[in-house]
Amino acid sequence: MALESYKVDGFYDELFRKDGVAHAAAQPLIEQIDKLTRNELKRRQKQAEDILYQSGNTFNVYGDKKGTEKILPFDIIPRMVSAKDWAKLERGIAQRIQALNLFIQDIYNDQKILKDGVIPAEMIFSSQCYLKPCEGLSPPKGVWTHISGTDFVRDSDGEFYVLEDNLRCPSGISYVLENRAVLKRILPTAFQTMKVRPVSDYGDHLYRTLKHIAPNGKDDPNIIVLTPGIYNSAYFEHAYLAQQMGVALAQGSDLVVEDDKVYMRTTAGLHQVDVIYRRIDDEFIDPEIFRPDSLLGIPGLMRCYRKGTVALANAPGTGIADDKAIYAYVPKIVKYYLGEEAIAQNVRTYICEDDADRKYVLENLDKLVVKAVNLSGGYGMLIGPKSTKAEQKEFAAKIKARPRDYIAQPTLSLSRCPTLCGNGIEGRHVDFRPYSLYGEEIFTLPGGLTRVALKKGSLVVNSSQGGGSKDTWVIGEDGVANV
Amino acid sequence: MLSRVANSIYWMSRYLERADNVARFIDVNFHLMLDMSLSKDETQWYPVIATSGDDEDFNKRYQVADERTVVKFLTFDDKNPNSILQCIYRARENARTVREIIPVEMWEKINELYHLTQAHSRKRSLADLYDYYREVRMAGHLFTGLMYNTMSRYSGWQFAHMGQMLERADKTARLLDVKYFILLPHGEVIDSAYDAVQWGAVLKSVNALEMYRQQYHSINYRDVTAFLLFSKAFPRSVIHCLDRVASALKSLDGHGQSNKAETEMAVLTQKIHGSDAAHIIASGLHEFIDVFQYNLNLVDEAIYETYFKV
Repeated sequence: MALESYKVDGFYDELFRKDGVAHAAAQPLIEQIDKLTRNELKRRQKQAEDILYQSGNTFNVYGDKKGTEKILPFDIIPRMVSAKDWAKLERGIAQRIQALNLFIQDIYNDQKILKDGVIPAEMIFSSQCYLKPCEGLSPPKGVWTHISGTDFVRDSDGEFYVLEDNLRCPSGISYVLENRAVLKRILPTAFQTMKVRPVSDYGDHLYRTLKHIAPNGKDDPNIIVLTPGIYNSAYFEHAYLAQQMGVALAQGSDLVVEDDKVYMRTTAGLHQVDVIYRRIDDEFIDPEIFRPDSLLGIPGLMRCYRKGTVALANAPGTGIADDKAIYAYVPKIVKYYLGEEAIAQNVRTYICEDDADRKYVLENLDKLVVKAVNLSGGYGMLIGPKSTKAEQKEFAAKIKARPRDYIAQPTLSLSRCPTLCGNGIEGRHVDFRPYSLYGEEIFTLPGGLTRVALKKGSLVVNSSQGGGSKDTWVIGEDGVANV
Repeated sequence: MLSRVANSIYWMSRYLERADNVARFIDVNFHLMLDMSLSKDETQWYPVIATSGDDEDFNKRYQVADERTVVKFLTFDDKNPNSILQCIYRARENARTVREIIPVEMWEKINELYHLTQAHSRKRSLADLYDYYREVRMAGHLFTGLMYNTMSRYSGWQFAHMGQMLERADKTARLLDVKYFILLPHGEVIDSAYDAVQWGAVLKSVNALEMYRQQYHSINYRDVTAFLLFSKAFPRSVIHCLDRVASALKSLDGHGQSNKAETEMAVLTQKIHGSDAAHIIASGLHEFIDVFQYNLNLVDEAIYETYFKV
């Protein structure tokens, strides 16, 4: 009933085939949803929102004196990923992360890839993400990016493309876990009929990943999560992860360096810290090395890190592999270090620093998506087909002035997923961010954050620009238990 | 445990206990007035303000102390740091910084109470707020239940428990003070026909009526004072709360030697253990409570110095 008049409108749809029949994996879910009336769906939607509101994972509405709080918009219709698609994503992600870690290690040490001319050296040294203080660093077990969240979109051909690698401090994992917890209460029958792979053990995996890098293989290391504090928009996630692992959540002011060791100030005196999962950006972690005005960091932290008395996740400096211009070279990076073709596809990317590419970009601004290499959250972006002549002119000037700061990509036809809207269920564009951990091996949590552009026709899924989220169901192969 | 976190847990728990007790203050006064058929004039509401310790602030910002102004000041005035609204707001802000430590349900309970408070915050008349005060008290019970039933007895629990017990000792003493103030502003005490009714209301506001009756059977001010200050068995009495704080301090101190917090606590408990109701009534309850509060503050400062200061 609820899906009776649903149309895929020629887009790739996450639940329906082009002919309007549900994808095989989505069949039982569609049957469940179709049994519900529109009012019943709305009631459950409201119930989900109430649960999220009560859990207190809310934002203050900016400038509102009454202290009004809102949740990140959530849509109760899940997005699904088939076992076959997932298997390919998993392999693609693992390959990419392995190659990117070799790349970062190389860039801050031997720089073979530059000497071999695979990437122009000036692309590296002109990047704001290249951190000189990291030169010569060699993190424990050669792993730089212990936690990452690769952004994918699915184009009209049904293929997943990597948009960003998010190798610094990717956020959003708490929504994956919370959304799942909510949906289990809202659509319990659907879970019973499908083999949805569990995500609730993420905290366990994260803990083991962090324990793996404890200095000297300590058996019972003191692991902490480091947060900028309560006013950070991801604070709830920091607290959530500390809670999921049962470890302390510290702020910079809780920590102190003495004799090249990091300690936390406890009610029983100073207590040494072994591993820090830091959710503070590189430039703020140590005012002695990076921004001297940072009040969030710990003076002397980098000294301890270099000496190996404390482990950091992620290592500082990983942003270099996350630069949107370097992104264009990832297929070459995979080939160079692993001798393999990249499994996960890149989106064709034009580097404005390159003369031929820039010429093409400037001539095709109305067709391309232009992105500032160093901004995220949907800021500093031009979506060509939806832009005005004036906006295109503005970006042309920006690109000419600072070509290194911009890249461009063809406008993809993002896939859509049925979403509960004011007028019933309509298709809305979605992206997908699975989360990976690099400890003893590379593990990708079977699930992830599906962000949805709630505005009709919008391609921007960022929460700062009217985006919401959905639960993501990765379907297990036959025999995989539903937990 | 991180000192900052310990401090937040301690205050989260203190602020919630404070909100709970302010709700009880208003409740007991309301019932006293009903029982005695007193009119809603100024003289009957000011004592609540006087015993709250925030009379100076109140006098600066309000002209009269009637039901409306007193209810607003104690419940929803966001400029009064000890109003229920502010206490719950602060309890929640503290809870937010220790979410990784406390059980999820504890956070959710505080969060819910906060939103409930926001929803009621435009109401001004007691009749409209009666249910709200009840909710605040019930939230206090639920919170304490969650604390007792779901938290491991490590330092986090000890700090939460200590905060609650210190606050409760202070507020139980002040609650007695409200009653003295309302009838006997000059300190002399006489037996009156109303006693059973009035002191019954005081006992009821701290859920003590039944327990008191089992011990003393009939109600008079001497026994009520003795019960609320010195009953070792009753969990809201001053002496019970202080003994709990002392024992929490003891379990926190792993080194065997007593620290500053324990020393100050010993001074306070000795004072209480060394007095009795008859003596206190004779020399003035209000004066006794003043001194008691001074010593309580010293304990609080010593706890800060010993555990929270970084």
